[in-house]
Formats: sequence, structure tokens, C-alpha cells
Amino acid sequence: MKRRSLRSRIQRLAPTLLVAIIFLGTWELGVHLLGIREFILPPPSSILSEFSEELQIFMGASGESILFSAARATLWSAVGGFVIGCGAGILTALVTSRWTIISEATMPFAIAANSVPIIAFAPIMNNWFGITNPASKMAIVAVIVFFPAMINTVRGLTLVDPGQLELMESWAASPARVLRTLRIPNALPFIFSALRVASSLSVIGAVVSEFFGGPRATLGVYITQEASGFNFASAWSAILMASLIGITFYVVVLLLERWLMPWHRSLGDSG
Amino acid sequence: MAARVIEARQINKVFNPDREEQVIALQDIDLTVASGEFVSLIGPSGCGKSTLLRLIADLIEPSTGDLQVNDKSPHQARIDRDYGMVFQAATLLEWRSVRKNIELPLEIHGFAKQERRERAQAALELVELGSFGDHWPWQLSGGMQQRVAIARALVFHPSLLLMDEPFGALDEFTRERMNMELLRIWRETDTTILFVTHSIAEAIFLSSRVVVMSPRPGRITSIVDIDLPRPRSFETRSRPRYHELVAEVREVLRDAHVLE
Repeated sequence: MKRRSLRSRIQRLAPTLLVAIIFLGTWELGVHLLGIREFILPPPSSILSEFSEELQIFMGASGESILFSAARATLWSAVGGFVIGCGAGILTALVTSRWTIISEATMPFAIAANSVPIIAFAPIMNNWFGITNPASKMAIVAVIVFFPAMINTVRGLTLVDPGQLELMESWAASPARVLRTLRIPNALPFIFSALRVASSLSVIGAVVSEFFGGPRATLGVYITQEASGFNFASAWSAILMASLIGITFYVVVLLLERWLMPWHRSLGDSG
Repeated sequence: MAARVIEARQINKVFNPDREEQVIALQDIDLTVASGEFVSLIGPSGCGKSTLLRLIADLIEPSTGDLQVNDKSPHQARIDRDYGMVFQAATLLEWRSVRKNIELPLEIHGFAKQERRERAQAALELVELGSFGDHWPWQLSGGMQQRVAIARALVFHPSLLLMDEPFGALDEFTRERMNMELLRIWRETDTTILFVTHSIAEAIFLSSRVVVMSPRPGRITSIVDIDLPRPRSFETRSRPRYHELVAEVREVLRDAHVLE
């Protein structure tokens, strides 16, 4: 049974792997055959060798890998901002949804604010918190993820099946009870869909806010400096690093969702 | 004389009173249901049958009139958990196992864990789902989910069961089987049942009395006594008397419609 499921898993992954191989192969070959110069587009092999050099420095503990320190700093800004922003967004939603008037009054503003390009405030945040202070990046990330987290949580808390509300009323359940037993679990899928979006947004927000200036060892600054110094392979290796962080963050949130919402997990494989 | 479970006198319910879109949902409703009866409310959409059920459940309040449940106000009856309620949708909480769904009303009222377990298991066995406690609701068929909803409604051992088109979303075969199940549960638990339905056949098969309602404004047009012998079975539906009653109720419904 197990071998069969492993084989079917490989069969399912095969097309994806094939696409990846074709994509990277075309890229590599195209760069060589068309004679594209490295500052336009380095081949994947040189990006990977740059990346693995940094990885060896990082693993070998001889000297410090700037790329990995930069990754750590950016990850810290992204995660810090994510936790602060999402936490505040969810809390605000919990508080405002308790009083319908407040949530109805604030929702239009939240939806409007959600369409504002928050990243444009990065220079202001540098001014407020100091350009080298990670708090300036965290603040940007926090504001970016705050609104989707809040809006989705309010939706999840209010879009409750009327029949289930009537049942709770028929059992004379208190409002706090309804919140705990019905509204919050009902909001979980909404919250997690916000968290998944926020996980990607927070890495984007951290890197882009670093483009506006920050300590040397952050991915955004690293990319701008390496690019302006014509070290394109290492700029690209930092982009690869940012992508890996983004994907990992997303997967961690996804795993957390499956763990916290086991009733959703087996929807796909009931057979 | 059996005790009265429901006593409604001159009940009126107006939605949006004093406004243009005001709707008279119920007009001059008089209805008495005795303990142990199985009474169905039948009528076209908008006749106020669900509204009447919600009034009795104290989910809404009458505009005028006097309503008593177990000789108390509906509010007191709700607080005392005198009734259980089942809707057309099973309305199970998808994040709780079947057992936890049934335990929920007990949990809200602070029953100890041990007693919750025992009562939930007994209720599950009553609806013949004894081994399904640890399933998620989505793993059950529509009919099974509805049985869980019935088990949940019975977990307090209420004297009254209010059912709002509970089998309306089920296919014909499942519905007939559920009808038999419900009659068995009714016999075994001594519950009084007030049952809202669209189906004439279902109402006659199940009930001791069928209350025919008509819309705009919602009112009771007639009450038909169902004198079919009990226990009712598969053969009940082939009795001549059954068909006479179906024809009679159909006629009452048609007349009510013509009167409009």
C-alpha cells in the first residue's frame, strides 16, 4: 500500500518536475546559445554556484556569509511584522465585531486602506524609526498585513450560518459562548486564507522596504548593492534566497492550518 | 385529559409593523397540542408555519396573543430546555466530531464530561448511529447528518420536539426511511412532536393531527384528525383510508388557495 502511494505521489509530482527542468534547461541553454551577457540575465548554474558558495561559508563557520546574515535579518523583519500586523488585525476584528456598529463603521476604511500601496510609506517609516532599525521594516510589513487579516477575520466572524445562530439561541447560549464556540471556529478558514496571503506579502514588504535603505546585511540592500556593483549572479542568488524564504513561510502557515483545522485536512483523501 | 404542551390563543405576528412593507405573518392562531401528540403544520410557502414554530421556540415574539409552552412562557420553556429543535439543514458544526456536536448543548449548560459522554452515546444509539461518534459531519450522508441533528435535539430529553421541514432536503427513499425512524423515536421517547412540512403524504403518514394553513395572512384553515391505526408501517400507505385522507387534505389546501 505504502509503495503504491509513494509511486502515485511521484506520478503526481512528475509533470511539475518536468516543467521545472524544461524551464531551467531552456534558461541555461538560451543564455549560452544566444550569448546573453551576465548583467542582463545570468544562467541558473552561476546563480546556483554563487548560492552554494555562500551556503558553504555559512555551514563551514569560517567567516560570515553576508547573504545568510541578510536572509536572517530580512526573515526577522518579515516574521516580526507578520506576527505584529496579523495579531493586531485579528484582535481588532474580534473587538470590533463584538459591536456591530463599530465594525460597520470601520470596515469601509479598512477596505479602502487595504487598497493603499502601504510600501510608499517606507521612507516615512525610515524617518520615524531610523533607517537601520529593523522596526522601520517591521512597521511596514505590519501595516501591509494588518488590513487583510482584519477584514477576513471580521468576515469570518460575521458570515455565520443563521440556522446555527438560531440553535445557539435556542440553547440560551451567552454571546461570549457564541463567539468562542461558533464565530471563532467559523472564522478560522477566513483567517488562514488571510495568513497565507500575508505570509507572501510580508516577505515582499520586508525586501521592498529594504530597497529604501537599511543595514548592509538585509536582502533588499544586498540586492541593490550587488546589482549596482555588477555582481549580478550574487544579486540573483539573493533573489533566490528571498524566494526560498517566501515559499518556506507560506508552507509553514499551510502546515499550521492543517494542524489547527484537522476537519478540513481529509477532504481530499477520504478514499 | 392529557397535559397541554402548547397552548396558543389568538396569536398574531406582524413583521415590520407601521411600515409600508408590513407583513401579517400570522393571524388569530388558536392551537392546542396535547402531550404525546404528533402534529404537523402544512401549507404553501408564506403561510407562517415556520414563523409559528419559531414563536413557540421563543426565537421571535408574537405581536399579540397568549402563548404557553408546558404552561410557561416560551421564554421560560427555552431557558428550561423544554424543547429540542431540528431544521431542514442539519446545521452541524463542521469543526466538531459527531459526538462533540451532540454534546454541544450539554456543554453550554455546564454538564460534566462523563454525563455528556453517556447522554451523547445514548442519543447516538437512539438514532442508530452508535458507532459514528468519532466521524466528522462531512463523512456522513445527508440522512445520517439529519439523524445526528435529531440526536442533538433529544439530548436534553425535552418534552417537545420542534421540527422545521427536517427531511425536506432528502431524497424520497431516505425520507420514507427517516419517517419510520422518527415514528420509532417518538414511540420510544414519549416526546410531543410539532412537525412543519410541505409534503401531504409525509404529514398524514406521521401525524395524529394535520394543521392546514394558508398564506397572506397566515392562518389555520382546518385541522384534520388522522385516524390511521398505529403503529404505522410500510403498509399504511396502501390503505384506502390513507388515500382518502390525502385527498381530503389536498382539497382543503386547494379550497384555501381558491379563497384568495
